[in-house]
Amino acid sequence: MIVAEAKPLEEILDSLKGMSKVLVAGCGGCVAVCLAGGEKEVGIMASALRMKRELAGEPLVTVEETLTRQCDPEYVKELGKKLDGVDCILSMACGVGVQFLAEHYPDMWVVPALNTKFAGATIEHGLWEERCGLCGECVLAQTGGVCPVIRCAKSLLNGPCGGSQNGKCEVKPNACAWQLIYDRMKSLGRLEQLVEVAEAKDWSKSRDGGPRQVVREDVKIDG
Amino acid sequence: MDFNPKIVAFCCYYCAYSAADLAGSLRLQYPPTVRMIEQPCSGKVDIRLLLEAFEDGADGVYVAGCLEGDCHFLKGNIRAKKRVNAAKKILDKIGIGGERLEMFNLSGSMGPRFAEIATEMTNRILELGPSPLRQARQAEGENREEEASK
Repeated sequence: MIVAEAKPLEEILDSLKGMSKVLVAGCGGCVAVCLAGGEKEVGIMASALRMKRELAGEPLVTVEETLTRQCDPEYVKELGKKLDGVDCILSMACGVGVQFLAEHYPDMWVVPALNTKFAGATIEHGLWEERCGLCGECVLAQTGGVCPVIRCAKSLLNGPCGGSQNGKCEVKPNACAWQLIYDRMKSLGRLEQLVEVAEAKDWSKSRDGGPRQVVREDVKIDG
Repeated sequence: MDFNPKIVAFCCYYCAYSAADLAGSLRLQYPPTVRMIEQPCSGKVDIRLLLEAFEDGADGVYVAGCLEGDCHFLKGNIRAKKRVNAAKKILDKIGIGGERLEMFNLSGSMGPRFAEIATEMTNRILELGPSPLRQARQAEGENREEEASK
C-alpha cells in the first residue's frame, strides 16, 4: 500500500487561510489502511480544524466525505455533489489523490493534508516500513524476495558493501538487506544463484523521465 | 460569573459504570457536573469521540476504564490510554489544552473511587475555568448582542 502520514496541523491551517468552507476528502484505499486518511481520520482532522479556527475567531465550515478511492475517476466524480459553496478541498489521500482531484475539478483549490511517504507494508499495528522502490523492473526473483533497491541503503545490486556489520546496515539501524538476501538464499539452498553478477540496472524504467504509463489495450473500454 | 463545568465521562460498562452504580447505592455524593456515557469497553473510545465532546461544549472529558491488566477485553483500557494521550496532544495544538482530558482506571467495586474521580476532575476543571471554546462562543454571542442592540 501507499503509506502516508498527516502533515503538521499548523501547515494545514496555513494552507487553509482565508477559506471559510472546506471539503475534507478522505480516501478508503491505502491511506485508510495505514490510518492516515480514512473516514475516522477525516472526522478527527475536521473536528480539530473547526475548533482551532473557531478559537482564532475565523470559524470554518467543513464537509466530510470519504471516497472509496481518490485514484479512480468513477469515485472522484461523486465528490462533485458535495462542492456547493466549498472554497477548497483538503485531500486526505496520497499525492495521487490530491492530483486527481485537482485534475477533475479545475476550478477548485485542492491542498494536501498528508505527506506521502512510500510503498510499504504493515510490520505491526502502528508500524509501516518501505518495501518497494517502484523501480519499474522487479529484481526480486534474483534476490530471494528481498528488494536490494529499496532495502539496501545504497541500492546495491551486487552487495553487500563494506558497511555491513554483524548483519546490520551502517547507514540505518536496519538489518543489512544483503545479509537478509544471503540468509534467505542459504536457507533455500540457492546460494549459487548469488554468484551470478547482476548487470547494470536499466534505470530509465524508474522514476526519472516524467510520469510512467501502463497501457493495457485488452482492458480499454473506449477507443 | 458562576461556572458550572460540563464534564463528559466515557465509562466502561464493566468497571466505572458499575462503580457509579455502587457509588449511588452507597449514597456517596459527587458533583453533578459529570455526564456519563456508557461504553462497552474504554477501548471503544476513539480520538474523534473525545474531540467532538469538546467541540460540543464539554469543559472537561475523561475516560474511565478497568484497572490495567483487568480489561474484560484484555487490552481495551491500554488502547484507550494511548488514544487519550494522542488526543491530549491534539488538544494542546488546538489551544484547548490536553489537561482537560484524562484517563482513569478503577474496578467495578470502587464506588468511593468513582466519586473521588468525579470530584478530582471537577476541581481540576474549576481551576482551569471554562473551555476556551466556550469562552470564544460566549464572547461571540455577546458581540452579536451588542451589535444587535446598536
